[in-house]
Amino acid sequence: MFAGFMINTWIVASIVAIVAGVVGFFVVLRGSSFAAHAIPNASFAGAAGANLVGASSIGGLLVFAVAGALGIALLSKRGRRDVATALAIVLMLALGALFLSFSTEYAAETYSLLFGEVLGVSSSELAPTVVLALLAVAAVATFWRLLLLTSVMPELAEARGVHIYRVELVFLLIVALVTSLSVPVVGALLMFSLMIGPPAAARSFTTNPFVAVVLAVSLALTTVWIAIAVSYMTTWPIGFFVGVLGAAFFLTGRAFAAWRGNRAHPRAARHSQVVAA
Amino acid sequence: MADLTESTSADSRTPILELDGIGVWLSGREILHDVKFEVRPGELVGLIGSNGAGKTTIFRVILGLLTPSSGRVLIVGGPRPRRNRSVGYVPQKIALDPDMPLRSRDLVALGLDGHKLGVSLPSRRRREMVDEMLHAVDAMPFANARVGSLSGGEQQRVMIAHALISRPKLLLLDEPLANLDLRSEQEVVELLAEIAKEHGVAVLISAHDLNPVLPVVDRVVYVAHGHVASGTTDEVVTTDVLSQLYGHNVDVIRLHGRILVVAGPSPRADPALMEQLGRLSNPVDDTVAV
Repeated sequence: MFAGFMINTWIVASIVAIVAGVVGFFVVLRGSSFAAHAIPNASFAGAAGANLVGASSIGGLLVFAVAGALGIALLSKRGRRDVATALAIVLMLALGALFLSFSTEYAAETYSLLFGEVLGVSSSELAPTVVLALLAVAAVATFWRLLLLTSVMPELAEARGVHIYRVELVFLLIVALVTSLSVPVVGALLMFSLMIGPPAAARSFTTNPFVAVVLAVSLALTTVWIAIAVSYMTTWPIGFFVGVLGAAFFLTGRAFAAWRGNRAHPRAARHSQVVAA
Repeated sequence: MADLTESTSADSRTPILELDGIGVWLSGREILHDVKFEVRPGELVGLIGSNGAGKTTIFRVILGLLTPSSGRVLIVGGPRPRRNRSVGYVPQKIALDPDMPLRSRDLVALGLDGHKLGVSLPSRRRREMVDEMLHAVDAMPFANARVGSLSGGEQQRVMIAHALISRPKLLLLDEPLANLDLRSEQEVVELLAEIAKEHGVAVLISAHDLNPVLPVVDRVVYVAHGHVASGTTDEVVTTDVLSQLYGHNVDVIRLHGRILVVAGPSPRADPALMEQLGRLSNPVDDTVAV
């Protein structure tokens, strides 16, 4: 599992986990889970198209993920965001289906694009992954306060002169970046589970936004490391383990929050003791 | 409680907020008609009217989110720039996710620099400013609590601290008393009066019920059907003025220091009143929501 050909997988998967944790914090905070599902789906068509014409698949992923993000942003400016997002998914999946139908390597390619491929990471993909990851993290750091303010109180941000539409556009482009570097590893269908599960779980354990991001990254790293190891041993798809672990962390977080919630009312507890006495 | 404003101008009579003949038309309907009033430093003014009367539209005009069809808004004697640090705003019903990992102090700090690029590094000065503001609104006991899990009154305090930390000269609050229990309602009203009186901030608050703010307001701006009447409570909240404003026979009843505004008998039943109303500019409307 730590053989030479696996080293790239470990490195790339760790980078993916760090970025998914950071960006996922805002995906959950902004209620953008649907967009985080749609953009990887859009990128899937891009990878299929790139394979067809013999271009780099990460390039195809990037172009279609960005197109999907812009499409969602433009359509939702005039209408409901969920409908715009759904239409973007449908359009991109339709293109993906078309491109795949032209391809000769139908089954294997589709499978790895949709569900991820542990052994699929080559050293040529390492450099673009690192660049995209640094870009995504730098963008989140640059827009940290604006993302926080527009997520928590959009109407107030607008009243303070913030262009909330531009911030949303920037955010969707960041999601597109993360998608492009993550899809080759965890797959288009399960990519967003890494952006949702760990950050959603982290929310239950802390009230501090910085700590929540650090915790989301830690949980995402734990998720992919366990997923790679178990996937290597069982030969089951890595996406399966990423999805299951994400859900497991989330449920643990909710259980912890419920337990803490019961403990958080000592006044009520004391009161009931007095009544009992 | 520290001084909340930057040095106030020498002439304290200069209005901080001045609306002059504001008219708003939206999709062929007149929403506001010749709205005219002002708020001076240290004054607490109540913008009173039922839902749909035009209160939120007036706020949107003041905030620069809506360009009026006519008239002008002056803030500290000048036009309103896009990012005006002299206006603090607390929007109506802020729905905060209860699980959100954000403490009261984080939300207050966003009032300081939430509109800027970059990450705010923790510093002693920043922390002191946030603590001072949390103290000012009496929110220290829940400074580190998850802001979404606080009660309505507690959240309102945190929101006021968020709006005040940039030291605005004008504070706008849209329905700050909605959904508060009676005790929190009174506490928030007293806090706002203190902010206005002791620190010279001009405060404009909207409310659908006049009575909770009655003990503290200097003047009221009564809104009905997009028209306003402004002045002291005694000048504005009278049977004559409100009947004219509503275009309907309205009775104002004073009872133990409280004011009840109720719809009177239909003017159609009273030929003399019908004739009087016929001379008014407002159309007669049978439904008077108070």
